[in-house]
Amino acid sequence: MNFENKKATRQSYGEALVELGKENNNVVVLDADLAGATKTNMFAKEFSERFFDMGIAEQDMIATAAGLATCGKIPYASTFAVFATGRAYDQIRNSICYPNLNVKICATHCGITVGEDGATHQMLEDINLMRGLPNMTVISPADDVEAKWAVKEAAKINGPVYIRFGRAASPIIHENEEKLELGKGIQFGEGIDATVFATGIMVAEALKAKEELEKEGINIRVVDFHTIKPIDKEMIIKCAKETKKLISVEEHSIIGGLGSAVAEVLVENYPAKLTRMGIKDCFGKSGSAGELLKYFGLTSKDIIEKIKNN
Amino acid sequence: MIDGVELQNLQEKSKNIRKSIVEMVYSAASGHPGGSLSITDVFTVLYFKELNIDVNNQKDANRDRVVLSKGHCSPALYSTLAEKGFFPKEDLNTFRKVDSYLQGHPDMKKIPGVDMTSGSLGQGLSIANGMALAGKLDNKEYRVYCICGDGEIQEGQIWEAAMSSSHYKLDNLCVIVDNNNLQIDGSVENVMNPHPIDKKFESFGFNVLVIDGHNFEEILDAFEKAKQTKGKPTAIIAKTIKGKGVSFMENQAGWHGKAPKEEEYKIAMEELSK
Repeated sequence: MNFENKKATRQSYGEALVELGKENNNVVVLDADLAGATKTNMFAKEFSERFFDMGIAEQDMIATAAGLATCGKIPYASTFAVFATGRAYDQIRNSICYPNLNVKICATHCGITVGEDGATHQMLEDINLMRGLPNMTVISPADDVEAKWAVKEAAKINGPVYIRFGRAASPIIHENEEKLELGKGIQFGEGIDATVFATGIMVAEALKAKEELEKEGINIRVVDFHTIKPIDKEMIIKCAKETKKLISVEEHSIIGGLGSAVAEVLVENYPAKLTRMGIKDCFGKSGSAGELLKYFGLTSKDIIEKIKNN
Repeated sequence: MIDGVELQNLQEKSKNIRKSIVEMVYSAASGHPGGSLSITDVFTVLYFKELNIDVNNQKDANRDRVVLSKGHCSPALYSTLAEKGFFPKEDLNTFRKVDSYLQGHPDMKKIPGVDMTSGSLGQGLSIANGMALAGKLDNKEYRVYCICGDGEIQEGQIWEAAMSSSHYKLDNLCVIVDNNNLQIDGSVENVMNPHPIDKKFESFGFNVLVIDGHNFEEILDAFEKAKQTKGKPTAIIAKTIKGKGVSFMENQAGWHGKAPKEEEYKIAMEELSK
């Protein structure tokens, strides 16, 4: 696989929104003074009358989106993940998820690859927060193809959807959308030495690890979980039955994210040991995206080491 | 102008609504009578004189919308909706019970006539803005009414939303502040002073009207002035009495969220029947 062809999923989001805006007049977009960074400015340029900059007021933005949804609009509300899911959690819970309103919360700048801005801007608990909400669908795209697919797919769901996008450019792992189906993990390889359950930009790291290990005669499989809620139970149970080791990896806290979702399925259906890779219950820090991935042990090398030594 | 017959009719309605409020809170042995009784007269004029709504076409896309941002005053909303015919009055006695659709706080997915779920304070004005923006986008004539408490406006989000209402020139929006001057912990001045409420909304770009929130003429007149105001939203500061109509509840913070006991219930119903 060519890992050099890269694009940031926030860029994919901006591009997909414009396409969606052309197809569906009911799509409206809200941002909280970060349109340049979240890439909603592309939609704003194309459809100014359907774009609302709400200023630096995330709670107001999220609840305004709820109001628009009650009148048949399909609002996509965007800001950085830390503000969208943290600052406006109560608005998402009580005004969107409880009444099951058709609002899409599309947050960018998730995880540590936000980089230099540091801990206050690196959201590591968003999957945890959003996964715990009834009625919420949670999507964490791995690349450009998944990100664009998720934006379109969200419009087909009549209810709240959370999508997390990254800031940094990341490898494009899919050629097309053929294998993408909501709630279904995508299995790469048939190896039985280990399964790596991955989401977001960690899918590419896991795939790099898979290629390296093959050279040494270690055959693993990687499962790409673009949908974290609902989680693909059958896939988890199948891999637990078929492979010797289970590892989860995510650019998110090990508490409450993909690893927890996988563990929940395992303990109730097919108890097996799971090693969770992610941010180990701490905050991020400043640095370049690449440096931080190394610092927090989230590179293909770290995955290889875990498979060999665990 | 409200003529004599109409005035009598509105008085009758508000009396019935107040009785329903006391009865449903008594029957549930919980709920919020104080703020429900203070907003009753505004609701009466809104639902029986002002709103373009149709019980037989409840989801009409062109209908006026109401957001009860101070959702704990659900007894006032439910009693008014029942009086209007959205659901049977007998159902009010199931309020807050486990097998009832009448949830403690308004639930748009379960209760006929409720336009928005509410309960967590401070969110309603943003939601009303969203409805008003959608109306503008679709070139619809409907109006949006948002009812806030004077304690509720201590929530910062209200002022984020107030900025938006005026920034987007939402003249199809009317916010009503139920200014009864009391909240759970005591008088609003002592807990966290929100005054001057009128000047605050004025400085946020609203057309502001201060009225007696128990005077039908003044309430109706304010709604009319709001409709005539173009290019900016309207805030009606309704001066009210918490617990209005029940002597021992009037101006008592203690009756914010407390149900009457049997003896108190009897006295209250007697007073409201006069």
